[in-house]
Amino acid sequence: MSSTKNDAQHDNAARTPSDAGNWASSTGRLNVARTPTGALNINVNGRLLMSPIQGFGKMWQKTYRARLSGAQTTPAGVIQEWKANFPRFWPAGNRFYGPITGIAPGEVGLIDLALPGKAKLSTGVLVLYADDESFTLMTPQGHIFAGWITFRAFDDAGVTVAEAQVLMRANDPIYELALFLGGNAQEDRFWQHTLTQLAAHFGVTASVETRTVCIDNGRQWRRAGNIWHNASIRTTIYMTTLPPRAVFRSVRNVATKRR
Amino acid sequence: MSQSQSALTMDVRPLNDQTSVIEVHGSITATSEGALMDAYNEANRGGTRAIVLNFSDLEYLNSSGIGLLVTLLVRANRQKQRLIAWGLSEHYRHIFELTRLDDAIGIVDSEADALALADMD
Repeated sequence: MSSTKNDAQHDNAARTPSDAGNWASSTGRLNVARTPTGALNINVNGRLLMSPIQGFGKMWQKTYRARLSGAQTTPAGVIQEWKANFPRFWPAGNRFYGPITGIAPGEVGLIDLALPGKAKLSTGVLVLYADDESFTLMTPQGHIFAGWITFRAFDDAGVTVAEAQVLMRANDPIYELALFLGGNAQEDRFWQHTLTQLAAHFGVTASVETRTVCIDNGRQWRRAGNIWHNASIRTTIYMTTLPPRAVFRSVRNVATKRR
Repeated sequence: MSQSQSALTMDVRPLNDQTSVIEVHGSITATSEGALMDAYNEANRGGTRAIVLNFSDLEYLNSSGIGLLVTLLVRANRQKQRLIAWGLSEHYRHIFELTRLDDAIGIVDSEADALALADMD
């Protein structure tokens, strides 16, 4: 390596990049400092983050866009409101327990998703990145998909456009099948609803343009073992064993007192 | 594009018959897709087995930019090519670890190390 290249690398290492404050500083496993009342933290603490590289299914990029024509706002104004009211725009039955400090790099949010048949899925996300005009949530082991969702706003010929873009692979074979059997359409409806509500928040009606691109048609069978952390299965087991566990605890407490 | 973000430019050069280098200058953001993919197409000569990305002059990277690197990785893997990165500052190394790109992109300290890694495959 030439000395010029060594110097360049040294200079680069010494500089503090302007994006430094926008990224989560933690790595490795997720840690929830405080579980909000009503939230389930059974599939988040201790889980590893999953990029699309670690997922199982085909890799998809899904882009949902709403042009906020007529809205008196800016891209930064849209993102500020989106961060502040993030779960408010979601379809009914889904809950997001955000951090007290709001959507900021490194914070962890807990999620309860409504599944068909009144089933529930408890999971979470890390705020991977956030700046004035975008923020990105990354998923952990057990989530439906491995990857991230970037929410951003930008100016297009004088019109502010709001966008949600998902880059993902289904985390395991069960999720891959579920996405094929209707989960993909359900996810489309989820983000179309969110963007419609976001537009309504700014007093405008917007149709949502949806674009789906298959980035990688292959499935990563070596990742099939991700199923071990499947949050849907674990939530179901947790919920169905809740009553017997409560009875068992009561009986044990009575027995302990008698002794 | 904010004032902190400069435009992305790329220089592409062959390192040997099987390895090409893409020198990255500036910012990788959502608007970088065309430049990044054009550079990859130029680097992807017949018989290329490894693409080395030199990030010594990377000034700004956001999450959309990381998404583009994942897409580039998939394209390279489809051609059975290896992606190798060098010149990453401590900050950008951390981002590669955080986003777990380091599972699939080899990270080394110098161009010579990149070449050695490419030749190992």
